Amino acid sequence: MSVNALRVQNVYKVFGRRPAEAVSKLREGASRSDVADLGTAAVIDASFEVQEGEIFVVMGLSGSGKSTLIRMLNGIWRPNGGHIHLGEDDLSEVSAARMREIRRTRVSMVFQHFALLPHRTVLDNAAYPLEIQRVPKGERMERANRSLEMVGLDGWGDKLPSQLSGGMRQRVGLARALTADTDVLLMDEAFSALDPLIRRDMQEQLIDLQQRLGKTIVFITHDLNEAMRLGDRIAVMRDGRIVQIGTAEQILSEPADDYVARFIADVDRTRVLQASSLMRKPTLTLRSTTGPRRALRELEEVQLAGAVVVDRDRKLLGTVVDEDLLQAQREGADTIEGVVRTLITPVNEDTPLVDLFAPSSESPVPLAVVDDQGRLSGVIPRVSLLEAMAPEDSPSSAPSPANGDTEITAAEPEGAQTTTSAGGTR
Amino acid sequence: MNEPLFTLPLGSWVETFVDWLTDTFAVIFTFIKTVLEGLYDALDLVLGGPPPLLIAVVLALLAFFAKGWKLAVGTLVGMLVIQSVGQWSNAMDSLALVLLASLIALLIGIPVGVWAARNDTVSLVVRPILDFLQTMPAFVYLIPTVVIFLTGAVPGMIATIIFAIAPGIRFTELGIRQVDKEVVEAGHAFGSSPGRILRQIQIPLALPTIMGGVNQVIMLALSMVVIAGMVGAGGLGADVYSSLTRVNVGLGFEAGFSVVILAMFLDRITAALSDRSPVAKALKTRAA
Repeated sequence: MSVNALRVQNVYKVFGRRPAEAVSKLREGASRSDVADLGTAAVIDASFEVQEGEIFVVMGLSGSGKSTLIRMLNGIWRPNGGHIHLGEDDLSEVSAARMREIRRTRVSMVFQHFALLPHRTVLDNAAYPLEIQRVPKGERMERANRSLEMVGLDGWGDKLPSQLSGGMRQRVGLARALTADTDVLLMDEAFSALDPLIRRDMQEQLIDLQQRLGKTIVFITHDLNEAMRLGDRIAVMRDGRIVQIGTAEQILSEPADDYVARFIADVDRTRVLQASSLMRKPTLTLRSTTGPRRALRELEEVQLAGAVVVDRDRKLLGTVVDEDLLQAQREGADTIEGVVRTLITPVNEDTPLVDLFAPSSESPVPLAVVDDQGRLSGVIPRVSLLEAMAPEDSPSSAPSPANGDTEITAAEPEGAQTTTSAGGTR
Repeated sequence: MNEPLFTLPLGSWVETFVDWLTDTFAVIFTFIKTVLEGLYDALDLVLGGPPPLLIAVVLALLAFFAKGWKLAVGTLVGMLVIQSVGQWSNAMDSLALVLLASLIALLIGIPVGVWAARNDTVSLVVRPILDFLQTMPAFVYLIPTVVIFLTGAVPGMIATIIFAIAPGIRFTELGIRQVDKEVVEAGHAFGSSPGRILRQIQIPLALPTIMGGVNQVIMLALSMVVIAGMVGAGGLGADVYSSLTRVNVGLGFEAGFSVVILAMFLDRITAALSDRSPVAKALKTRAA
């Protein structure tokens, strides 16, 4: 998990007549416009690390330098300063021949407008990387066929790209990159030219492929929702600089500056924020062994109509409401176990908010959230859910201080640390 | 009245330069002349030697395979017209000259165009030269070539090459520069070498444009044929020129019409060939 596939250290890229001079001025703190007459500073002091098997998204508007940045990761542009480590190679120093070797074996790319050879069949296009590596034709076709199969294009091999729809063409582009079988996959606005519905399909397919093949993916996009959906971590770029790196949740809940804050203003946060970010300590938790009379008294104390019920191991059993408890008391039940209403859909820590509305509206008591073992980890009152929908009211998404007296500690938003940030949509 | 403010002896400089060229490179020019004459005679023999009907049928077959039966029939009829107005031998002389001059112009022009597409400095240097070549009145090329190569087919051919080379270079450069940058980048991204990218991506994708240049080169070469006739290059141009000096409307029209027929034939054939390039075909294929 902690192995770095790619390490970018203080990288600069300036296009223009005097790039070296511009870089030294930028290092001394000059701004992009200060060095405008020396050249165009496309990337300024970029540093990040991409771990093996991670989807790392670089997000920014056009002109933010993200395209230049990704093109330095496969050496199409050489940095004017800094280092890019890919395995044991430093891409800022390798020879042209070694660079070609790295491109053949270590890093491949998927392009925004597909960049297929129009006069070659789908199969030949998918086999292109191997053709360059002088792999014999039989093996080449076999491996190309396999990657076409992986992207769901088996049987389309003898068609020409012009006979395919946009989404299918991009799947050929993806198949071509998979044929190269490199550990690192660069994707430059790969889905931006596609229709929204097809884009969604492709995103899901990419996540699926990534989970099966464990590729390290650097994905460039200007679409924040796409970034949030795909990225294990996201780097936000602005005017050539990386202004924030973090998980989708971190960027949503703690934007580094006003720019990022404005950027995320219109994101569909219900798909990104997870249950754990709204979770708080339950005011009252009842044991299933409690008697109905005592349960009623405790409810009365906190002035609630219901509460969540756990067993001895804090496993969530369900909820009880006051009228059922009254009934049980009248019938002389020993414990409240008989009147526990089981939850139809248990809510996990990483359930996205969008999936909480239905259960929340049906439940008379705050929604109970459980961890992987089914133990109660917190509750979400309906009001918190509604508050989280108002984007300007961001503090509400942080857990409020605990006011209950039970043994449960509410998880911090980043303390939940589920392995993925956009896990709910996967 | 119209006295120049000062005298710029541009003409005498060029004269001195051409004289110097002629003296210094006499051996090379003789060699070029011998080679071109040999090639021209050989091609002329192939086209003009066999019976006209045979050549007409061969050209019609070429048209059939390039395009289809309509062009084949048109070619056959056109060639028979040329033959029946007594211009066959002249037409074959001209065709040989045009084909050879175009071939040489393309052999020089396409590589220069490729070079200019890949190197901005070359492009900057080449562009004004092409402007010069294209706007200079075509007759002017005849003067130094006659000085160097005397009269006959070779000076006409050299002047034709110089006159016709520009679109070959321009279209090639344009075609290669217009190739989708992303596709070229994809070639780099998968580790292809620059030479391979040129062969497998840039040239095939630029081919429709380059073929447009080939077409233009051939058309320009044909238009130069008449002018070349003035320096004794023979062919249809000689008849056009002599009918002009003798005010012979009938002969002038017959020779001129033969030029038109040749032009249409060459134009349709090259256009058909460029439509048959893999990229052009691929782009025409659409999902059913």
